[in-house]
Amino acid sequence: MDTTITPAQMTNDGESVHTMPAVSYLNANYGLKSWLTTVDHKRIGILYLITVSLFFAIGGIFALMIRLELVTPAGDVFTAEAYNKIFTMHGVAMVFFFLIPAIPGVLGNFVLPIMIGARDMAFPRINLASWYIFSFGAVLALLAMITGGVDTGWTFYTPYSTTYSNTNVVLTGLGAFFAGFGSIFTGLNFIVTVHKMRAPGMTWSRLPLFVWSNYAAALIMLLGTPVVAIAIVLVALERLFGVGIFDPALGGDPILFQHLFWFYSHPAVYIMVLPGMAVISELVACFTRRRIFGYSFVAFSSLGIAVLGFLVWGHHMFVSGQSVYAGMIFSILSFLVAIPSAVKVFNWSTTMYKGSVSYQTPMLYAIGFIGLFTIGGLTGLFLATLPIDVHVHDTYFVVAHFHYVMVGGTVLAYLGGIHFWWPKMFGRMYPEGWGRLSALLIFVGFNLTFFPQFIVGYVGMPRRYHAYPPEFQVLNVMSTAGATVLAVGLLMPLVYFLWSLKKGPIAGPNPWGAVGLEWQTASPPPTENFHETPVVTHEAYEYSPEEAEQQASIAVEKKEVFHG
Amino acid sequence: MAESHSHAHPKGLQHHFDDLTQQHEASTLGMWGFLITEVMFFGGMFMAYILYRVYYMDAIVEASHELDWVLGGVNTLVLLCSSLTMAFAVHAAQEGHRKATFNWLLVTTTFGVGFLVIKAFEYASKFEHHLIPGSVDFTDKFAYPQAEGFFFLYFALTGVHAIHMIIGIGVVLWVAFRARRGDFTPNYYNPVEMTGLYWHFVDIIWIFLYPLLYLIEPLKLGASAAGH
Repeated sequence: MDTTITPAQMTNDGESVHTMPAVSYLNANYGLKSWLTTVDHKRIGILYLITVSLFFAIGGIFALMIRLELVTPAGDVFTAEAYNKIFTMHGVAMVFFFLIPAIPGVLGNFVLPIMIGARDMAFPRINLASWYIFSFGAVLALLAMITGGVDTGWTFYTPYSTTYSNTNVVLTGLGAFFAGFGSIFTGLNFIVTVHKMRAPGMTWSRLPLFVWSNYAAALIMLLGTPVVAIAIVLVALERLFGVGIFDPALGGDPILFQHLFWFYSHPAVYIMVLPGMAVISELVACFTRRRIFGYSFVAFSSLGIAVLGFLVWGHHMFVSGQSVYAGMIFSILSFLVAIPSAVKVFNWSTTMYKGSVSYQTPMLYAIGFIGLFTIGGLTGLFLATLPIDVHVHDTYFVVAHFHYVMVGGTVLAYLGGIHFWWPKMFGRMYPEGWGRLSALLIFVGFNLTFFPQFIVGYVGMPRRYHAYPPEFQVLNVMSTAGATVLAVGLLMPLVYFLWSLKKGPIAGPNPWGAVGLEWQTASPPPTENFHETPVVTHEAYEYSPEEAEQQASIAVEKKEVFHG
Repeated sequence: MAESHSHAHPKGLQHHFDDLTQQHEASTLGMWGFLITEVMFFGGMFMAYILYRVYYMDAIVEASHELDWVLGGVNTLVLLCSSLTMAFAVHAAQEGHRKATFNWLLVTTTFGVGFLVIKAFEYASKFEHHLIPGSVDFTDKFAYPQAEGFFFLYFALTGVHAIHMIIGIGVVLWVAFRARRGDFTPNYYNPVEMTGLYWHFVDIIWIFLYPLLYLIEPLKLGASAAGH
């Protein structure tokens, strides 16, 4: 049984001694039809990869348009109306069609079943349906963008969205509605798969933390998403028939919309970041060669975040006119979310302490995540503080805060995860040097973009305007410069990943010497994942930092002997 | 678990499950999970209903007098009967009675269609009495303008429920077809059972809707809203 988990060696740079497996999920059958009718979770993961990458690019282009407008204080590139549409469509594309589906849809679909030793998700056809429903929503949203766009902000606040906006609110809303059902189906599959499809010996306390965290996110998808779905339906009905429960003229309550919206959309922040944390746990363990410190605390902190996340939505509404007492409760509860989040950050840091840390590209992203998520999380505490929030509400301080969590957190984790599992997905390595350079560029570009926004927001620049007073220009120019660096950093992986599909060195089953079931099968894996159902006899992360150090020193000695 | 590999492939077992027990447990958990999302989906509208009821009880009482509690009551009975016949269908499938399963499923759809027909008559009468929100001025007819909001909720709640009924009837017909084709055995009747769960759920939603919408003050028919 010990053959199941042994720490292997790190890649010797460039030299590939491996061969590609003759039959894998990639070449089991051919043609577009075989991909569009597949029920293989790995292929569905690749379908998600293509769709979310497209929307990441679309959202990114809108982001660059925003930064272009904000180079100068005057609103000179786009009209105010066009600008409203641009930031709205940036938010819609990024939140609903990239951040929410990215890690669960791509990495979760691809590796989660392999990690627990399953042959597929519990409901393979529902899994495929989730991609189709999601893509249908994506097409509706694209149509809305092409035929005039939408200008309500991604939050669709009433009564502007129901009564006053003359843009494609209904179409965009339906896009988000269908994307949401795609996410419900993914979440449902994760939950049932984790409960019912684990390989013999894969107990709950042996689950990789990737699985725990995605499980927690799946709970939120299941419980939160239907609420925003019905809220969107009600907005659409109100727009179409000119009557509805958010209309104060009928005694309706526009604030009710905000409650329904944030009841989902705040937990949705955790749908975005929990899978990110899931990836980071894997990366930190692998590249420090240590078992994650406080495994069960990290596992249960995911559930803690999922549960507490449902009780804090009112902190988006401190200035909406909700009761001050409600605001105080929401404020206290919001502080509580910091506890499980901090548990994770402390445990990752402690794992690195006395670990054998190697700075490969995925680990660079992981380290970036830990730092940036900490900044994003701590500034979240500023915003959870009622009196401070009243001052910085709707300023760039808020924008900077959630970009530190969403981009610094989720996007870095996603990229780190893609680099980590890319050799598993396609059997080939990306160029490590370019990988590290792009990780560095993204880190620098990101901070240059968003750190100035903390300052400019704190001194009073409101969000969602295309013009601003001249004294804010220096910080805004810094921000735009940073966005440019960030864009270059993000384009590089696009190029070298495509290159590596054909030309990358063959990775072999386990290029990182990682433990975990997904590294015991071929790269790329066969359609049924394992030729024989694996039997798990160890806890997750059976790494030995001492052994890794020894191997490293032997390698150094060899090099010295060879060169000396 | 592993023994199933050596046996002949049991009927209805999908390739990625070890055995029928695992498959059955997975579908059951999946269906309950899905029903929880449905509860949350209706929950948004129930939340709106609660708010209206707290803010504008008088308007709700006045407006609900326009609903026909007798027709609503008949429909409640129809749905309860359909749930009973659905339970019979699941039992028949469990026992391996192909013909009985098919027949009970057909009776269930008949009740389902009956419900929708009665509902259609109710909607038509609302249309005739100009009670469609957004199309007419409710302030002529009602002391409280929020009555329009009540009718919006009435149509939204019963409408979304009716959509669930229509989907349910489609699924029951499909399962009935499969039952007739002989897809099910006493060891494998997941689709019948899961469809049954869904059907009962849609029934239960109506059990909540009926008193909340129709039975606020059913016996003071036509009385003006005196308030509380």
